[in-house]
Amino acid sequence: MKKIGLKRAKEEEDEQKKQSVCEQVLTFNMSPAEEEEGDEDVSDSEESVYSGLEESGSDSEDEPSANQQEGRVLNEEVEQLEERVLNEEEAEQREDEYEKDSSDEEDIRNTVGNVPMDWYKDFPHIGYDLEGRRIYKPIRNKDELDQFLDKMENPEFWRTVCDQQTGSDVVLSEDQLELIKRLQRGQFGDVSFNEYQPSVEFFSREVMIHPVTNRPSDKRSFIPSLTEKDKVSKMVHAIKMGWIKPRRVEDDSRGRYYDLWTNEDSSSILNKHRMHLPAPKLRLPGHEESYNPPPEYLLTEEERALWEQQDPSDRKLPFVPTKFSSLRHVPAFSRFIHERFERCLDLYLCPRQRKLRVNVNPEDLIPKLPKPRDLLPFPTTQSLVYRGHSGLVRSISVSPSGQWLASGSDDGSVRFWEVCSARCVRTVQTGGAVKSVAWNPNPAFCLLAVALDSVVLILAPSLADGHVTSSSERLLKSQQEAEPSEGVSCNWVETKGEELNQWIRLKIGHPKVVHQVTWHSKGDYLASVMPDHSSHLQVLIHQLSRRRSQNPFSRNKGLVQNVSFHPLRPYFFVATQRSVRVYNLLKQQLTKKLQANAKWVSSMAVHPTGDHVICGSYDCRLSWFDLDLSTKPYRMLRHHKKAVRGVAYHRGYPLFASASDDGSVIVCHGTVYSDLLQNPLIVPVKVLRGHVITQDLGVLDVTFHPSQPWLFSSGADGTVRLYT
Amino acid sequence: MGGLQKKKFESGAATNYITRNRARKKLQLSLPDFRRLCILKGIYPHEPKHKKKVNKGSTAPRTFYLLKDIRFLLHEPIVGKFREYKIFVRKLKKAYGKTEWSAVERLKENKPTYKLDHIVKERYPSFIDALRDIDDALCMCFLFSTFARTGKCHVQTIQLCRRLTVEWMNYVITSRALRKVFISIKGIYYQAEVMGQPITWLVPYQFAHDHPTDVDYRVMATFTELYTTLLGFVNFRLYLSLNLLYPPKIHDTDIFLVPVQKLSALSASLARVVTSTEEEEAQIDLFPTEDENMEMMEEKEKEKKLLEAQMKIFEGLKFFLNREVPRESLAFIIRCFGGEVSWDKSVSIGSTYEMMDETITHHIVDRPNVDKRYINRYYIQPQWVYDCVNAKMLVPVEDYFIGVTLPPHLSPFVEEREGDYVPPEKLKILALQRGESSGVDSLEEEEEEEEEEDEEEEDNDEEDQVEENKLKKMEEQRSQGKSLQVKVTPGKVKMENPVRLEQEEKAEEKRLAIMMMKKKEKYLYDKIMFGKKRKVREVSFLKSRNKYSLLWERLCSRRS
Repeated sequence: MKKIGLKRAKEEEDEQKKQSVCEQVLTFNMSPAEEEEGDEDVSDSEESVYSGLEESGSDSEDEPSANQQEGRVLNEEVEQLEERVLNEEEAEQREDEYEKDSSDEEDIRNTVGNVPMDWYKDFPHIGYDLEGRRIYKPIRNKDELDQFLDKMENPEFWRTVCDQQTGSDVVLSEDQLELIKRLQRGQFGDVSFNEYQPSVEFFSREVMIHPVTNRPSDKRSFIPSLTEKDKVSKMVHAIKMGWIKPRRVEDDSRGRYYDLWTNEDSSSILNKHRMHLPAPKLRLPGHEESYNPPPEYLLTEEERALWEQQDPSDRKLPFVPTKFSSLRHVPAFSRFIHERFERCLDLYLCPRQRKLRVNVNPEDLIPKLPKPRDLLPFPTTQSLVYRGHSGLVRSISVSPSGQWLASGSDDGSVRFWEVCSARCVRTVQTGGAVKSVAWNPNPAFCLLAVALDSVVLILAPSLADGHVTSSSERLLKSQQEAEPSEGVSCNWVETKGEELNQWIRLKIGHPKVVHQVTWHSKGDYLASVMPDHSSHLQVLIHQLSRRRSQNPFSRNKGLVQNVSFHPLRPYFFVATQRSVRVYNLLKQQLTKKLQANAKWVSSMAVHPTGDHVICGSYDCRLSWFDLDLSTKPYRMLRHHKKAVRGVAYHRGYPLFASASDDGSVIVCHGTVYSDLLQNPLIVPVKVLRGHVITQDLGVLDVTFHPSQPWLFSSGADGTVRLYT
Repeated sequence: MGGLQKKKFESGAATNYITRNRARKKLQLSLPDFRRLCILKGIYPHEPKHKKKVNKGSTAPRTFYLLKDIRFLLHEPIVGKFREYKIFVRKLKKAYGKTEWSAVERLKENKPTYKLDHIVKERYPSFIDALRDIDDALCMCFLFSTFARTGKCHVQTIQLCRRLTVEWMNYVITSRALRKVFISIKGIYYQAEVMGQPITWLVPYQFAHDHPTDVDYRVMATFTELYTTLLGFVNFRLYLSLNLLYPPKIHDTDIFLVPVQKLSALSASLARVVTSTEEEEAQIDLFPTEDENMEMMEEKEKEKKLLEAQMKIFEGLKFFLNREVPRESLAFIIRCFGGEVSWDKSVSIGSTYEMMDETITHHIVDRPNVDKRYINRYYIQPQWVYDCVNAKMLVPVEDYFIGVTLPPHLSPFVEEREGDYVPPEKLKILALQRGESSGVDSLEEEEEEEEEEDEEEEDNDEEDQVEENKLKKMEEQRSQGKSLQVKVTPGKVKMENPVRLEQEEKAEEKRLAIMMMKKKEKYLYDKIMFGKKRKVREVSFLKSRNKYSLLWERLCSRRS
C-alpha cells in the first residue's frame, strides 16, 4: 500500500514537475538510460525525503538531532545531485546546440551507459559518441600549483564542478546553486511545490458508488447452505426437546454476603423441632497440652511405654505431653487433620443424647440415722479374751444365769468359762469335733447339749447352786423307758464311769452327723439337725423328760441348715438353703415360708418376741423378716464383706449382731415397736474387730449375754472374746 | 376383649425412628448425597431409649434417625439441586465419551450451582445461635486456609477460607475481643469474647500438612462449604455491628477492594462506614438500689475496669518481630491489645517501621543469640507476649530474655476449683496479679507446713502402734496370767485428744450410716466417692511429682 501510494505520489509529482516547466529537470527525463538511473535516484531521494518527513514528522526545522541525521543523508544526496546537475548543464549546452531540435531528441553524447567512469581511468577517451567515435578526455595539464592558483584567482572556482561523463569543468548557475541549497536544507526542489496539500483518501468510510472490483458475487452467497440448515435444524430440535437450555444467566449472588439476620424470628423451624440438641463444644486444653508444660505433667519412661502399648481408645490423653525449649522447635502436630476429621464425624454421625448431670452432694445420700451414742448401751470395746482352745471354736453358748459360758471347739473339747474372769472352769474332752453347744435356756436347769459327730451329749456341769443342780438331775433321772418312736432310730444311752466324771450324763445317738442342737425355751425339748440332701430325716425333736425322739417331717423340703423354736408359741422355724419355713407344731402344718433372697442361709435367730427373724447367709447378707408383714425380707443388710456365719438377738436389749468371715462382728440396733404399724428401726451401731482370720475363717459364732449388753464371739483363731 | 390384635412395632417408639438405610431410600438419595444433606442440615442420629423396641426386637447395632428429621429433609430444595448435579455429571460423561466438545462446553456453562444461605438462616435462626456454633467453623476455615494447592480441595475454597479468616482476625483486632491465647503442641488456641459468647479456635502451625490417607476429604469439604457460608454472614454482621465496611477496606488507601495479602498483614486499620464516629462507650447509669445490688454493681464495675486494663496492656509499646517468630499470630495478638508491631520488609508486606527504629521497646526473637543489639529495647522470646495476655498484665521480662530457660506455659482455660491441683507457676502469677512479689517464698512456706503436717500424722500413727503393742502384751499376760508371775507395771497416762476422738466418732458414724444406704444410692455414692478419690489421688500424684522434680532440680543445681 505504502509503495503504491508512494509511486502514485511520485507520478503526481512528476506531472507537477512537467507543469512547472523546469527545463533542467525535464532534461533528464529525456534520456532512457539516464532516466532509469535518475528515476531510481529520484525515487530514492524522494523516498528518503518522504521518509525523512515521515520519520521526523514536521520537525525538520527545529530538531537538531533530526537535522544532523538528515544532514548525513543529504551529504550522500549531494553527490548524486551533483551528477544530475552536471547532466543538466550538459543538457543546457545541448540546448544551445539543438535549439531548433525537438525536445524529444535524446541528448546522448556518451554512450557507455551507466558504468563507473573509473573504468576509463587509464584510457585517453572517456566513452563513445553516437557514431562510435571516441570521446577524448579534455587535456588536463593542470597540476597542483595551477589548481591552487586557479582556486586563488578564479572567483568562479567554488561553483565549478568536474563533469565525470565528459571530464570537463562546469560552472554552476545561480538557479542550480539555489536548488542545491534547497535540497541541502531538506526542502522540496521545486519552489512552487506545496508540501502540505490536503491529502485525498482513496479508501475511506464513505461508500463509493462504484465497486472497487467489478466481479459479480457468487451464487452460493445468496442460496441457503444445506449443511448449516442441517446443523440449525438439529439445534432447533434439541431446544424443542429441552436438551439444550438457553445459557444460564450468571448468578453472582453466590458467595456474596449480606445481613442474613435482619429480622430474627424466634418461631423458626428448629424451635418447633423440639428434639434438636446443639452439638457440645470441644473440651478446652489443659496444662498438659502446652508446648512448655510444667514438668509434673510430662510422662515418665514407664508411662510413655504404657501409653504406647494402650489401645488409642483406652488412653487417658490422646497425645503425649512434650516439652520444647522454645517456640521455634515446635513441629506440626501430625494428627491435626485427623482430629478435625473426627470432630466432623462426631458432628454428623454421633447420636446425641441429653444427659442430666445430677449434681448430688454425696452427704445428702447418706441416710439420717439416730446417733449411735443415743442408742447406748451396746457393746463397744473388747474387754476379755478367753484363751484355751487349740482348734477353731465353732459354737458358744451362755448359761441362762449369765455367769457361765460354754464353748465347743474342733479340738474335741468343751470348755466352761466364768464370764467375768475369763477363767476356764471345766474342760470336757469329748473325743470329736464339737459342732454345736447349747445351754438349756430354762434357768431351773443347768444342762448343756453338745453335738459332735452323730451323737448329742447332754452335760450337767453342776455349775449352779444346789437347787438347780438337783432339778436338772431330776430331769435327767425322770426317765421313762426309751420307747422307740415310729421310724426313728435314736438310742438314748446313760453314761457311766469315766464319762460321768466328765459330767456327760446322756448320749443320744443319731443316724447321721448332727450339726446343730437347740433347746425349746421351756428346756424340755431339744431339736437336732442332721443336714442331708436326700432324706426326710433331717430334724429330730427330743423330749428330755420322756427320753423320746421324733421326726416331725415326713418329706424332704431341702437341705436343712438351722432350726429354732419360737420363744413363746408352739412354732418351729426351719431354715433350709433358700428359705425359712415356719411350722405350727400344734396343728402340725406349715404356716409360713419366708423367702430369704439368699443363695445359702447359714444361720438364723428369732427375736425374743417371736415376730422377727434374722437370717445370715453365705453370700454376705443378713435379712430381717417381719413375720407379720411379709414373707419377703423387710430389710436386707449387706454389711459384711464375707460370708455371715452367725447371727444373734439380744434377749432384753434391742440389739442384734452378725458375725462374719471377714473377722468382724457388727452390732446393730433393731428397735421393734409394739405398735404393729411402725416398722422396726435398724441402725448399725458398732463394728467390733478382734478375731484373727485363720484359714479364711473369721468369726464363727456370736451370742449375747442374757441380761447385760455384752457380746461373745468365737473365732477360727481359737479364742472367744467378750465385748462390753 | 374384642378388637383386633395389636401388631408389634407399629406404634410407639418404633414409629418414631427410622434406620439410616430406610431414610436414604425414602429420600431417594445415594449414601454420599445423604451424608452431605445430613451435614448441611445438621441432622444427626438419635439413640432410642429402648433399642430393642425400635429395632424390632433385634439388638443389632444400627443408626437411627428421627422420622421427623427425615420428613423435614424431604422438603429441602437442595435435594433437587443434588439430583440436578447428578444428572449434569452423567451428561458430561456422556458428552466426553462421544467427544462432543461443543456439548461439553455448553454443559459446563450450565453447571448447576446451589446456595446455602437459607440453610444457614434455618439452622441459626438468630445471630447468637450462629455465634455459639462458630467455633468449629473457625477451626475448619483456619485449617483449610493453611492447605497447599495439592488437589485435596478446590483452590477457590482455600482462598475463600483464607479471606474469611483474615477478615475475622481483623474484626477481632478492631473490636479488641481477644481474651486468652495458648500455645499448645497442636497449634495456637485463641479465645475471643464476641457479644458475650466465648469463641475458641485453634490455628495450626504454619507447616505443610502431611495429608493422611484415612481421612475422607469429601466430608471435610462439605463441612467447609457450610462453614464458609456461615462465617461469611457472621463476618458481615460483625463488621456491620462495628460500623465497618464489608468487604473490608483499609483506612488510608483508596482502593476499594483490598487484596487478601494486604489484609493478612494485619497492620492496617479498617475503614468505617461513617468516619466521624468517636468511640463512645455507653455509660451505665447507676440507679440507687439496695446494698446487695450495689455490691454487685460495684463488682461489675471492677470487672469492667479490669477488662479495660487488659485490653490496653500493650498500649504504648512498640514491637519488632524477628523473622523466625510466627508473624501472623504475634501481630494479631499484639494489635488486639493495642500494641504497635512491625517486621522486616522482606518477611511480609505491611511493615510499618524498620528494625533500626529507636522507639522500639520490645524485640521478639526466637533464636539463641542476636548479633547486633540495641540498648534501649528488650530482646524477649515470643512466649512473653502470650503469657502477658493470659496474666492480663505485663509479666516481668527477665524470665523471657534470649537464652533464658522459659517458665512453663500454662493453659488459661483451666479453672481450678477447690481441691484441684494448681501448678506453682500459676500461684506465682496469681500472686503477681494481686501485687505481691514474693510468691515463691510463700510457696515454700506452704510446702514446709505440709511436711510438718505429714510428720504429725506419722507421729500419731506411731503412737497408735505403741498402744497396740502394749495392749497385745497385756492380753498375752492376762491370758497366760497363771503361769506367769503377775507383774504390775506402772501405767502411763494416756492423753486423749478430744478433737481427734470426736472426729473418729464422726467418721465411724458416717461409716455405719453408709452401711445402711440403699443399693441404688450406695451405687451412686460409691461412684461419686470413687471420682472424688481419683481426683485427690491425681492431685497428690502431681504434687508429689512436682516436689520430686523440684528436688531433682535443686540437686542438679547444687552439683553443678
